[in-house]
Amino acid sequence: MEKGETKALKYEPVIGLEVHVELNTKSKMFCRCSADYFGKQPNTHTCPVCLGLPGALPYINEQAIDDCIKIGLALNCQISEKSLFERKNYFYPDLPKGYQISQYRWPLCVIGHLTLEDGQVIRINRAHMEEDTGKLTHQGSETLIDFNRSGVPLVEIVTEPDFTNSSQVKDYAKKLQQIFRYLGVSNADMERGDMRLEANISVRPKGQVELPNHRVELKNINSFRFMVAAIEYEIKRQIEALEKGEKLFQETRGWNEDKKCTYVQRSKEDAHDYRYFPEPDLPELFQGTKKVQQLKDSLPELPWDMVERFEKLGLKKSDAQILAESKELGQFFEAAVEYGKEYDVTSLQIANYLINRRESSMDIAEVINNIMSRIKGVVTDADVLEIWAKEVLTENPKFVETYKKGKTTVIMALIGAVMKKTAGKADAQKAKEILEKLLNYA
Amino acid sequence: MNIKHVAKLANLPLTHHEEEKYSEQLSKILKYIEQLNQVDTSDVEPTFNVSGQENVISEDKIGECLDWKEGFFKTKGVFNNE
Amino acid sequence: MSDLTSLTLVQTIKALQDKQFSEEELNKAYLDRINSLDPKLNIFLEKKKNTRGIPAAIKDVIVTKNIKTTAGSKILSNFIPPYNATVVEKLLEQDISILGKTNCDEFAMGSSGENSAFGPTKNPWDLTKVPGGTSSGSAVAVASDSCVFALGSDTGGSIRQPASLCGVVGLKPSYSRVSRYGLIAAVSSFDTIGPITKSVDDAALVLDWISGSDNFDSNCKNEKFTFRPRGLEAGIKGLKVGIPKEYFGEGLEASVKKVIEDAIKKLEQLGAEIVEVSLPHSQYALAAYYILNPSEISSNMGRYDGIRFGSDRQDFGEEVKRRIMLGTFALSSGYYDDYFAKAAKVRTLVKQDFEKAFTSVDVIVGPVSPTTAWNLGEKIDDPLTMYLQDIYTISANLAGIPGLSVPCGFVDSLPVGLQILGKQFDEETILKVGIAFEQATDWKKEKPKL
Repeated sequence: MEKGETKALKYEPVIGLEVHVELNTKSKMFCRCSADYFGKQPNTHTCPVCLGLPGALPYINEQAIDDCIKIGLALNCQISEKSLFERKNYFYPDLPKGYQISQYRWPLCVIGHLTLEDGQVIRINRAHMEEDTGKLTHQGSETLIDFNRSGVPLVEIVTEPDFTNSSQVKDYAKKLQQIFRYLGVSNADMERGDMRLEANISVRPKGQVELPNHRVELKNINSFRFMVAAIEYEIKRQIEALEKGEKLFQETRGWNEDKKCTYVQRSKEDAHDYRYFPEPDLPELFQGTKKVQQLKDSLPELPWDMVERFEKLGLKKSDAQILAESKELGQFFEAAVEYGKEYDVTSLQIANYLINRRESSMDIAEVINNIMSRIKGVVTDADVLEIWAKEVLTENPKFVETYKKGKTTVIMALIGAVMKKTAGKADAQKAKEILEKLLNYA
Repeated sequence: MNIKHVAKLANLPLTHHEEEKYSEQLSKILKYIEQLNQVDTSDVEPTFNVSGQENVISEDKIGECLDWKEGFFKTKGVFNNE
Repeated sequence: MSDLTSLTLVQTIKALQDKQFSEEELNKAYLDRINSLDPKLNIFLEKKKNTRGIPAAIKDVIVTKNIKTTAGSKILSNFIPPYNATVVEKLLEQDISILGKTNCDEFAMGSSGENSAFGPTKNPWDLTKVPGGTSSGSAVAVASDSCVFALGSDTGGSIRQPASLCGVVGLKPSYSRVSRYGLIAAVSSFDTIGPITKSVDDAALVLDWISGSDNFDSNCKNEKFTFRPRGLEAGIKGLKVGIPKEYFGEGLEASVKKVIEDAIKKLEQLGAEIVEVSLPHSQYALAAYYILNPSEISSNMGRYDGIRFGSDRQDFGEEVKRRIMLGTFALSSGYYDDYFAKAAKVRTLVKQDFEKAFTSVDVIVGPVSPTTAWNLGEKIDDPLTMYLQDIYTISANLAGIPGLSVPCGFVDSLPVGLQILGKQFDEETILKVGIAFEQATDWKKEKPKL
C-alpha cells in the first residue's frame, strides 16, 4: 500500500451538506414582485418591500410555503405544527433591510431522511423557508447592486454530518435536484444559481465518535464536479495537517478551479452573531393535519418509487434509473408500455428504444410503430434513416450534383445506395422522402 | 457590555468619547432592567406578537412594482465573498 | 372667518356641507395661521399648499408619496418616498388634503420632542416647555389650531402623552386595528398609528377612516371601526371603571394626582361604578419595555446603510444610537435568553394582568403622564429619567390594547390628560367614556393663547 493510503485509512471524513434551492413561484417570498429575475434589467422587479424602504412590510407567499412543505414531505420530514419566521441580522450591501427573514428556532420541516444508492441513510435536520439577497457585481473600485433577486423564495435543507465520502455527497445532491424537478418547485440549475451547495467538512481518527472541533465550510461552488473535487482536496489537506501535527481552523473556503485547491475566504474571528429573534411583522404559521395530508396526497410519485416499479416490469436498475431521470420521461415510458400492450410490444423493447433517445417531443404511436417495424426488420425511424441518408449523400457527391442540376431521377440511385447500406432494411418510401428533404434544403 | 464589540455588531462608528459616554449610560439602564430577575417566569410563554392572527398568506400572483429606471445601486467596493 | 380654524373635524364637515365656506377658504385660513405661528412653534418639517380637501397634519414617520419624509432624522433629510402609507391613501379617499408633515423625535424615540434633528416643537401653552413626544408636532398642530386634525404614532405613549401635555384628544387604537404599511418602523410589535384631534368624536371618525386591513400589513386584522354619529352618546351609567392602585403611588406628582382624582369623581357623578383593580406587574413593565423596544429598534434601523437612500449611519442622533447599542446587546449571543426572551415573558404577564382586570371592569382609568409639561432641556441629560416619564403608557403597547387621552384639567395653566384604557378591539367603550366626560366638562373649550 502507498503511504498516502495508509494515512487515509487512519482517518474518516465527517461531512454535512447545506442545500439552498430557489423556488419557481411567480412572485417573491414576501412581496408580489415577479420572481423571474434572470436576465432582466437591474432593479426593474422591485418594490418598497424587497428594496427595504422605510415603512415597508412583508406578506407571505402561500405557494412558497406549500412548496417547502412538499420538499419536506418528499424528504420524509415531520411538518411542524407551529413555525415562525425570524430575523437574521447582519450588514452586507446585498441585504437591503440589514436582516434576512429566515427561520431558526421554529423551522417548517424537521427530522427527515434520504437513503443513498450505497445504502447510507442521510438524516435531514431541517428544511426551512427564507428569502434571497440581491446580486452584487464588481466594477473597478465600485460594487453594483441589483435587487431583482432580493426576496425570491429559498428553501434551505440541512443534513446531519452523515456523509463519509464525496461520491455520497454527489449522489445526495443529484437526488435532491431530481426531487425538486419532480415536484416542479424549481429548475434546480446549478449554473444559474437555482440550486446552491455548501459543505461542512472535517476529519477525525477512525472510530472516534465525537465530532472534531474544527469545521471547514466550503462555499460558492457552483457545480457537482467542483464540489466533489473540493471535498477530495479538503480531506487530503486536513489529513496531511493532522499527520504533521498542524492545527486546523474553523474557516470558510472556496474552490480555485485553475489552481485545483481550496482557499480561505473567511476565518472564525469574523464569524457572525446573527441575533435571531422572531419576526414581529409576521404572525405565526400553523399547519393543520388536514392541510398537510392534502399536500401529501398531491405529491407526484418520487423517482426511486418509479424506479422500483420499472424494475418490477423486468428492467435492470440502471435502465430504470435512466427512464426515471425526469418525471416527463418516466411518465412517457409508462404510457408507451400501456399503448404497446395492444400490439404485443414489450416494456423491455420500449425501454431499449427510449434509452438512447430521450426526446420529449416523441409521439407514442410513432414510437410503437418504429419498434414494430424494427421487429419486422424494416426501419421507418426518421432519425435513423436520416443518419444513413446523410452518409449516402456524403459518399456520392456526383449524384448530389446531378440532382441539383435538375436531373431528379437520380434519386433512385441514391435510394438504392441506402438500401444497399442497410442490407434492404430501410423503408424505401420513407428513405426517398428524407433524401429529398436533405437535397432540397442543403 | 463590551462596547466596542456591540458597536461593531451594530455597524455604528463610535468615537472614543461616544464609547465612554454610552458605556456609562447603558450600564445605568441595564442596572434598572436587572429588576426583571425578580419576576418568576418559569411557567410563562413569551409574547412576540399581539395581533391575534395566524397564517396570514397571499396568493402567488404578480402585483405592481416600482417603475425604477435608474439601473444599479452603487456602493464602494466590497471584496470579500459572503 | 378667523373662527374657521377653531372648528372640530365634525363641525368643519358640516360647515362645508352647509356651504358656510369653501374648501379653498378653509385651506387658506389654516395656511395663513401656520405661516404666522409656525416660526415660534416649529411644528412643520414640510408644508404643502392645497386648495381642496380638509387639511390634516401627518407625523413625519408616515411616508407620503413625493412629499419629503424625514422621521425627524438627519439621515432621511432628503428622502422622498415613492409610495403612500395605507393610512394616507385612506385619508386621500376621504378628500383629506395633506397640510404638512409634522416634527417628531427622531425615528419615534423619546418622550419630549427634543430628540428631533430639526429642533424641538414648542408647547403652545408655554413656549419654554416641552410638548411631549414623540408625536410632538402633531399634538401642537391640533392644540394651536394649525390643522383640522392630525395623525400620530404611539409606540410607548407617543400619541397619548403629547396629547395630554398639549390639552388635546389622542387615541392609540388597538394593535392590528390600523395598517402599519408606510409607518417608518420603530418597534414593530408596539407601533400604532392613531388620530390626535380637537374632540373625541373627531377621533372616532378618523379611526373609522384609517382602520381596516390591506394586502400589505400581515398583522392588521380586518376589523374596521365604524363611526356612528350619536352612537357613542349612550352615556356611561352602570359602566365599571377600574382604577389601578399601582398607577397612583410614588412617581405621580401630587397636583396631577388631584386633577385625575377629580376627573374620576366626575365619571362617578355620570353614573359609572368605580372599582379598584390591580395590575401587579406594572413596576416591571417599564423594564421589559426598555429591552423589547431597543431590541426591535436595533433591527429596524439596520436598513439605514446609506446605499439605497439616506445618509451614513454616523448621522443617527444620540438617543437612536443609544437604543441601537442597547438592543444589539440584548439580542446578542449569550444574552438573548436573559434579556429579550425574559422581557417577552414579562410582556405575557403584563398582558394577563389586563385580561384579568377586564373580567371585572369595562375600562381602566388613570393618569397619562406623571407630571405636566417640563422645561425644555430639563430631562435631556439623563436617559433613564426621560424613560420614567412613560410608566403609565407603555403597558398598553405591551398588551396591544387601545388607550384614549382626554383633557381633564390644568396644573399651573399646563394641561393634564385622563387616560382611558380598554380591551383589545373595544375602542367603542373607551370612546364612549371619553365623550361622556368631554360633554360633561368644558376642558375642550380651552385653547392656548397664541
